[in-house]
Amino acid sequence: MDHSVLRATVYLATAAGLTGCTGPLSTLDPAGPAAASIATLWWVMLVGAAVLLALVVGIFALVLLRPGWGSSVSPQRWILLGGLGLPAIVLPPLVAYGLIAGERLLPLPGSTPPRIEVHAERWRWTARYPDHGGMATEGVLHLPAGTPVDIVVTSRDVIHSFWIPRLGGKIDVVPGRVNVLRVQADAPGHYQGQCAEFCGHGHSGMRFDVVVHPAVDFSAQIAKPDAAGKVKQ
Amino acid sequence: MNAPIEQPPQGSPALRLHRQLAAIWATGPGWQRLAAVNHSIIGLRFMATAFAFFAIGGVLGMLTRVQLATPKAAFMDAETYNQVFTMHGSILLFLFAIPMIEGIAVYLTPKILGARDFAFPRLTAYGYWCYLFGGTILTGALIAGVAPNSGWFMYTPLSSNVYTPGINADVWLLGVTFVEISALTLAVEIVVSILKMRAPGMSLDRMPIFGWYMLVTALMMVVAFPPLILASILLEIERAFGLPFFDPTRGGDSLLWQHLFWLFGHPDVYIIFLPMAGLLSTMIPVLANRTLIGYRAIVVAIIALAFVSFGIWVHHMFTVGIPHLALAFFSAGSAIVAVPTAVQIFAWLATLAHGRPRWNVPMLYVFGFFFTFVFGGLTGVMLAIVPFDWQAHDTYFVVAHFHYVVGGAAAFPLLAALYYWLPLLTGRTAVYRLSVPAFWLVFIGFNLTFFLMHLTGLLGMPRRVYTYSGHEGWTWLNLLSSVGGFIMTIGFGLVVIDLLAQLRYGRRVRRDPWRAATLEWAMPIPPAPYAFASIPEVETRADRIAPGELARSLARGEGYLGFARNGWQETLGIHMTSGTPEQVIVLPRPTYLPFGTALATAAAVLAMLFQFYLLALAMALVTAGLFVWSGQNAGLARDYGPLPVGRGLSLPPHTEVAGAPPWWALIFTLVADATLFTSLLFGTLYLWISAPKWPPAAAPEPDLLLTFAALAALAVAAVAARGSLRAGAAGGAPQGWIGLAAVVLLAAIAAIVALIGGVVPYPREHALGATAAALLGYVALHAGIGLLFLLSNLLRLASGRISPRRTLDLRLSRLWLDYTAVTGLVAFGLVLALPALVAMLGARP
Repeated sequence: MDHSVLRATVYLATAAGLTGCTGPLSTLDPAGPAAASIATLWWVMLVGAAVLLALVVGIFALVLLRPGWGSSVSPQRWILLGGLGLPAIVLPPLVAYGLIAGERLLPLPGSTPPRIEVHAERWRWTARYPDHGGMATEGVLHLPAGTPVDIVVTSRDVIHSFWIPRLGGKIDVVPGRVNVLRVQADAPGHYQGQCAEFCGHGHSGMRFDVVVHPAVDFSAQIAKPDAAGKVKQ
Repeated sequence: MNAPIEQPPQGSPALRLHRQLAAIWATGPGWQRLAAVNHSIIGLRFMATAFAFFAIGGVLGMLTRVQLATPKAAFMDAETYNQVFTMHGSILLFLFAIPMIEGIAVYLTPKILGARDFAFPRLTAYGYWCYLFGGTILTGALIAGVAPNSGWFMYTPLSSNVYTPGINADVWLLGVTFVEISALTLAVEIVVSILKMRAPGMSLDRMPIFGWYMLVTALMMVVAFPPLILASILLEIERAFGLPFFDPTRGGDSLLWQHLFWLFGHPDVYIIFLPMAGLLSTMIPVLANRTLIGYRAIVVAIIALAFVSFGIWVHHMFTVGIPHLALAFFSAGSAIVAVPTAVQIFAWLATLAHGRPRWNVPMLYVFGFFFTFVFGGLTGVMLAIVPFDWQAHDTYFVVAHFHYVVGGAAAFPLLAALYYWLPLLTGRTAVYRLSVPAFWLVFIGFNLTFFLMHLTGLLGMPRRVYTYSGHEGWTWLNLLSSVGGFIMTIGFGLVVIDLLAQLRYGRRVRRDPWRAATLEWAMPIPPAPYAFASIPEVETRADRIAPGELARSLARGEGYLGFARNGWQETLGIHMTSGTPEQVIVLPRPTYLPFGTALATAAAVLAMLFQFYLLALAMALVTAGLFVWSGQNAGLARDYGPLPVGRGLSLPPHTEVAGAPPWWALIFTLVADATLFTSLLFGTLYLWISAPKWPPAAAPEPDLLLTFAALAALAVAAVAARGSLRAGAAGGAPQGWIGLAAVVLLAAIAAIVALIGGVVPYPREHALGATAAALLGYVALHAGIGLLFLLSNLLRLASGRISPRRTLDLRLSRLWLDYTAVTGLVAFGLVLALPALVAMLGARP
């Protein structure tokens, strides 16, 4: 599939007045390759789903409003075409597309991008940067732009879910387990993340800021004593 | 169909027969209503109660919409909101959807299949009372402000006693389990009744499609509920007694809960959908004026759907961090579900295309169903695509999706069915003045509310947040969703007014207003308590009959059992597949026992809830005792031999045949039980393979001598049960064998209790000890229930209810003790293998 054509379509669609899709937590306003790939997947599926919905509801309307309309098609053919033919056309390519797209997003062994440890506890987020002397920030996650980073998530108490919608999908933070999510932001700027798994009273407010710095500048920026969210050590 | 039909003046034979049968089958007035066991009455109660819970759940849903309509709303605080959304989901799924399906099954299935009642009327009544009491406990907790607050799927460790102290979570675990056990008893009853109690001649391939749907649904319930029941029991044990099954700090794993929950939760979606599809497959042909197209394709499709639905639970867990090969498998599986669903959709469309559809209110709701279900199905396929799920999971997109598939796709067929079958319930046909605007309000309100939620989710709104700040871009969507919710609520209000108006002003009709083609219309409406004055012989597929003509002949008693005998409530039992009549089933009369037993059960649950464990144990024993007591007057007190059933045929009573309903009921109960046991084995091995904090500090050292002693005792009990059966069948005295079985069972229980006492590591310290104790406890419990079987055998031998021709009781005991011995062997084997398994863990990362 030609990615640039799809992406151009997406940008056109976005420009064509879908301003309702922007927002600090919008998955449809991607700011990283993972989120962009999933947003593309969504638009493709939306078009497909709209066609299929129109097809089925259209057939329903026709058989009711024009009695006898579909009676020239034999009963067996109805079931074969609709029940088996339609899914056979739609599902395999869709599942394959989804799996290939998903495979690209997984933190596969082989490449070893820098790691940042994110620790969740009711109801706050703490990030540690092992490549930067183990410094920590609370409520803020600093990322370098344009490079993949593996976020290693752990929880002290209940299950949380780490999610920066504009950068990509979420990963559950399960106590007793270590999960890894690969994220990448395209450009410097401010983004938002939040907990997506219900974790009790403070769930609604369990958000964090994401500050993306130019990659060359990253070490210097987070070394500053007044870097956002910095935990005094 | 039946004997040739002459022009019938509704003669006195029909009236006389009606009076005789009504006297036998009627439920008494006043307080005697508590003793009702009739399927029509219990079915209506189920449906009415479910509707009341629908109203409560709906109001809770509206409260959440009020809270979310504006950002930073102060209408509810977080705690209240958490209780409200948890109860909204729990009530609608556990206290509305499933019981409504059971109500429909209980009310409609015997009538569609040509039986006078279900196989176990007292069990139906017990199931109803358990549901009512369990639902009342949950609702009472809501009023008291201590309702469950961890979300309807109760993920641990949030729902553990560390993070949810207080009784909130216990209310859920105990209340829902109470209701689930009632659902399980009904599922077994539905399966047995469908398989054994159809009209003579109705072989499986002549069964109306509704029967197939209910059969598959009930079989799914039999295997879907046990994992959840097990998980709830384990979590309650963890909360109450500190045995860690899910606690990651002590060798448990919170993901085990998720696996067990969704192993139930995903099939549950189809358990809700399939009966709705069954209603549609029954109504659409009638509304289209032709028989259903694709009967066989649909049967294959729903069986396939049932199997696939058990293999895709992990799609609720795509974000928990599981291996990507598993993701691929479950993603493909989840997409494949679309195939059997599409087969049904196109079978219905083909039926409409080849028929002459009528355009009326049921059809309007059928349209509502098509739209919402196809819509929800398509978003379901989207969510099966893993990368998209990583974004959409746990957002309002998912909320929107499942409201389309289990909300819309249940509500619209239900309302279609309500308008379609209302004449059967009330004996009045409908006037549709209010019905049409009510439909459009519901339809527009529903789609406004939930369509927009897809976008809200994609804009990043997670589920279960009680408020938001307002800068996220969610405000206008939430406001419109709330407006839609209120439009929908007004629509439902109008539907209620409309239904009341139908009851009051509908035109009286005597039978079959639709020119339908199934047996439930082959009776005067509303139905008499005995349903069929006589039971038809079915000679064609039973959704191709002309019930109007048949009804008159049946009312005159020209079918089977068209008479009253001995004051018995009689119906026919058939061969499962061929439909050949093989027994006269004599059903129990109204009794207060189900009500009393359910009260005792509720007392046990409440005592458990308030931590009066001795009282809980006592009430559980009272419940068990009442079950044994209710067994005492079941069946018949003497041998009868073949009894005439009319049309020149004579059949033995069910007490004197091999395949009586209780035999099959025990088999399907054991299927459910074995599923629970398998889930426990799965849990043990799952923790061993993947839980953190393994291996434990202390290595397990099971006591070999005690283990083999217990196993030997169980084996001897199974052998003794054979001895008692042989003696009973030969006319001898089985009491000695029964005594022997009881003594060795007691010995086995003592040995197992000693084993549990010696479990290392100590069950409260590590999940290894906890699961070992649970496995042993499972066997001890079954040995204990075996004692109840033996006690019942002794009592019934003494009262002459067991004879060489009536050996069913002894065979049931044998089956139970065989099952106990086999599961004991497996459980003990696993416990003995645990040290070796733990030793293998050295290599684990």
